[in-house]
Order: sequence, then structure tokens, then C-alpha cells
Amino acid sequence: MSNLALFPVVIPLIFAAILMLFPKKLHMQRAVAIGGVAATLASALVLFSKVSNDGVQAVTLGSWPAPFGISMVSDMFSVLLVLSSTIVTLFVLFYSIPTIGVKREQSFYYPAVLFLMTGVNGAFTTGDIFNLFVFIEVLLMASYALIVHGGEKPQLRESIKYLLVNIISSALFVSAVAYLYSVTGTLNMADLAVKIPQIEAVGILTVIAVLFLVVFGFKAAIFPLYFWLPGSYFAPPMAILALFGALLTKVGVYAIMRTYTLFFTMNTGFTHELLAIIAILTILAGCVGALAYFDVKKIIIYNIIIAVGVILFGISQMNAAGVEGSIFYLVHDMLIKAALFLLVGILTVIFGTSDLRKMGGLIKSYPLFGWTFLVAAFGLAGIPPLSGFPGKLLIVQGGFEGTHFWGSLVILATSLLVLLSVVRIFIYAFWGEPVKIVTIDRKHYLSMFVPTAILVALTVFLGAGAELFMPFVSDAGEVLLNPSLYIDAVLKE
Amino acid sequence: MEIVMSVAIGLLFMAAVYLMLSKSLIRIIIGTGLLSHGAHLLLLTMGGLGGTAPPVVADGVTVSDYADPLPQALILTAIVISFAVTSFFLVLAYRAYQELGTDNMELLRGTEDYE
Repeated sequence: MSNLALFPVVIPLIFAAILMLFPKKLHMQRAVAIGGVAATLASALVLFSKVSNDGVQAVTLGSWPAPFGISMVSDMFSVLLVLSSTIVTLFVLFYSIPTIGVKREQSFYYPAVLFLMTGVNGAFTTGDIFNLFVFIEVLLMASYALIVHGGEKPQLRESIKYLLVNIISSALFVSAVAYLYSVTGTLNMADLAVKIPQIEAVGILTVIAVLFLVVFGFKAAIFPLYFWLPGSYFAPPMAILALFGALLTKVGVYAIMRTYTLFFTMNTGFTHELLAIIAILTILAGCVGALAYFDVKKIIIYNIIIAVGVILFGISQMNAAGVEGSIFYLVHDMLIKAALFLLVGILTVIFGTSDLRKMGGLIKSYPLFGWTFLVAAFGLAGIPPLSGFPGKLLIVQGGFEGTHFWGSLVILATSLLVLLSVVRIFIYAFWGEPVKIVTIDRKHYLSMFVPTAILVALTVFLGAGAELFMPFVSDAGEVLLNPSLYIDAVLKE
Repeated sequence: MEIVMSVAIGLLFMAAVYLMLSKSLIRIIIGTGLLSHGAHLLLLTMGGLGGTAPPVVADGVTVSDYADPLPQALILTAIVISFAVTSFFLVLAYRAYQELGTDNMELLRGTEDYE
């Protein structure tokens, strides 16, 4: 037993607490926040190498034997997500320094980001369903603080709705946990995976599984529960939006993937069929939104919803190709969404508006920025050899190997719509007649562009070097497809 | 006893849904409070209400006498969380009322900003 799995959760927590002691000291805030995320990244890398060498790492808090103590489990899937969420947070922090504004920086912006990271990493690592609820509340509390941070009018208006939706889904979460406990008598995920197949009352378990799908669906923004997302995500500044878009919905997606592969497998004919249908509807609904708006923020926000659908379709197939594709696509999507939000953030700074129709002709003054944007856009749509391609390929293959070839066809067709939606930004903003732009000085521009460009370069590397990453992805997929690996690691401690 | 609790939980959920469908922000907040109370009672009831002895190993106490301690630990955690969220919501509602000048959700749709 090693405590390594706890470090990516505890380090940001400690740094966040330290940061709250001196909110007004600007340089200290920046340095300590970046130091904290860098330390988390280092611990995540150590954990990653440990997991890839020695297999699943499990810690049970207080050294109680496993089903009684709270387990924290780090398998390859969770450590990949911890790693990518930490990388995203690091780059978003670099981007925040020039863009978020001194006033926000001095009112607990950095502690809130680090608390958010605590919650996200904790939710990815925990092996107990009630503990998952607690970590989701931790990250939600931080996200409430971030979404209203600065207190502008649209932020206040939208955060009320965001809060309300999340309170309702939390109450449903508690209810679902209560039902699950009364049926199984345990809340440890590994123990649930042992007990659920022994229970004959498949009907009630199916109801509970669907209730959990609703709960996590609120967080993950699946059809038809995504209604809150476009409005709420529109309000906060771009750096916060990038964090939310890259991390928050992914926690919901992760929770669905974990529960639907580990223990809600008693009635796949119903639950996974439902998941596949919902996933396809989510993709279609997202496409409608992504094509309907002329606002760059809205277009990328609707692309979050499309990606959620693609990932969940892969997992609903429950075969090696589909699950591995989902894992790869999830990691890709965290990086590319953050990169795209930061890119359109720079666009809105340069043009002083987020309306596409008021943009144009930027390719002459900012050629490198234009081409970086095009690469990120192609990466999102999944044009080989960029990072969207391997994941999508495997998901589509999973659909053809499974029973849902029609779903794969929809994903292939909607890839074109995704491409259209982002290339439309490129055409409007970079081609055409140059319009009047806000003059920003070179240094300020570079401090925004460099972290963004590095993030885009990382996604290119992830795509072009997919062969390098595939062994890890198949490791992660193996644990998801063989729950016994997970169960043994937790219960045989 | 479980039946009585179930009816109480149902009533709480019903009242919560009714309040949350109203236009006034403060009624909505009270509704969320009732909703989490309902969820907490559900958690307690689902653990089973039997058991008279505290869950401590002692002479003459058998397993069937124990009260299940886990739902109580869970409910305590959930209560603390919903307390924090509700207080945050109240402060947010007050700030929003100050800034936006209304607590009517009809007027807080915000559709005018984006076409």
C-alpha cells in the first residue's frame, strides 16, 4: 500500500489553504499557485509511472480493511485523467495571469482554482461512491465561487441557475446513493462490483443505474439535461470557462464511465442501449447548437456537448475498441477544449467582441495565431494525424463491432459538422476584409499566446505520437473491461 | 415506521418541487432546502431504522441489535454540505438582487445577450 494516490488530491488543497492567507500579494499569489500546480503535476507523474509499472494503486484511509474504510484507487484510467486535468490547469493558470485582471487575482481567484483541482482530482481518484459525492461537492463549491467571481451582472444571473441545477442533481445523487445502499449494503465501488452480480433483483438495480445516469448526466451535460450549460458557461471570463469546459463535464463523464463499466453491468441490454441512444441524441443536439450561433464562445461550448456524446457512445459499446477509444478521446478532449477556449479568448481580446460577424481579415496581422487555430480546429474534428483521430477511429470501430453501426455512422457524419462549425470561425475571423482591431502590445499578446500554443502543440503530439500513448490507453481499458483487476487491487490490500 | 417516513419524504419532495417552480428566488431557495431535507431523510430511512444499541462491541449485544452507523455518518456529511451550499445560495441571491434589482426568475432569463 502506498499513499502516492493521495498526493494529487492533497497537494492542491494545502496550497489553496496557504494562498488564502495573503490574498493581496499579487506576485506571491501567482508564484505559489503555479508552484502548487507544478508540484501536483510532479506527483501525478510519479503516480503515473508507479501505476504503469506496478498496476492499480489502492489506499484505504485510516488503514481500515477495504469495504469499511474509504478507498482511494488509482488505476491507469484515473491517473491519465488526473495527469491531463493537472496539465490543463497549469496552462490555464499561465493564461489567467495576463487576462483575468488584478482585481480578480486579489480576491481568491487562485485558491478557488486549486480547490477546484482538489475536487476534480479527488473525484477521479476515489473508490467510494459517497466519497465521489463529497469530491463532486468540493469541486462544485469551487466552481460556484469561480462562476460568480468578479460579480458582473450576467455572471450573477447565470450562476443562480447553475447553482439551482447542481443543488437538484446533488439531492438526486444523495437519494440514488440511499437506494443503492439499501439494496446492496455497501458503497465501496469494488465491493459493489462484487455484490451487485449476486443480487437477483435486477429490476430495482436497473432503476438505480438509470437514476445515477440522470445524476451524472446533469454534470456531464447529456441530452436532455444539458439545457443549463450553454447559458451558464457563457457568463464567466475565458480562463474560467476553459477550466470548466475542460474539467467539469469530464468529471460527470468519468463517473458514468466508471459506474457503467465497474458495477452497473447487470442489465446492459437496457442501460447501455439507453446510454447509446442518449449519446447519439446528445451529439445531434450539440451539432444543432454549434452551427446555429454566430458567437465564438457559444460554438465551442456546444462542441463540449458533442464530445460528451461521442465519449459516452464509445463506452456504451462495452468492447475493447469502444472503451479504449473513449479513454483516448476523453484525454484528447480535455486538452483540445482548453486550447480552443484559450484561442477564442485571444480572438475576443483582439476584436473586442465574440460576435463572428464583426470579425475578419486577421490572417495578415497574426498569421501564426491563425495557423495555430486551424491546427486546433482540425484536431477537434479529428483529421489525421491530429489527436481527435485515433480516439474517434476506435469509437467508430467499437460501434461497428457492437450492435450500433448506425451510431458510428452518425458520429462520422457529425464529424463533418464539427469541422464546419470550427472552420467557420476560422473563415470569418481570419479571412475576408480586415476590420478594425484592438491594438494590444506584443508582450501582452505573447503572454496569452505562448501557453495556448504549447497546449495546442501537446495535442498535436498526442495525436502524432498516438502509438506511444496507446499502451497506456489499453492498460486503462483493460481495467475497465475486467473489473476483477480493480476489485482485487482494492479488496486484497 | 418506514412507511411513515416514506410519506414524509414524499411530502417534502412535493413541497420542494412546488416551491422551486415558483418565480420568486427566495421561495426557490426554501424549496432547495426542503429538497435536501427530503434526500437526507431518505438516506436515513434507506439504511433501515431498526437497532437499539450503539454500534460498539460490548457484552450481550449481538449484530442484530446494532443501529447501522453508516447512514448517520453519511447524513451528517450531506447536511453539512447542503448547509454550506444553502448559505452560499442566500448570499448569491442577495447580491443578485442588489445588482440586478429583481428576484423574479421570469426577468432573469437573460436571452437578450445572445441571439
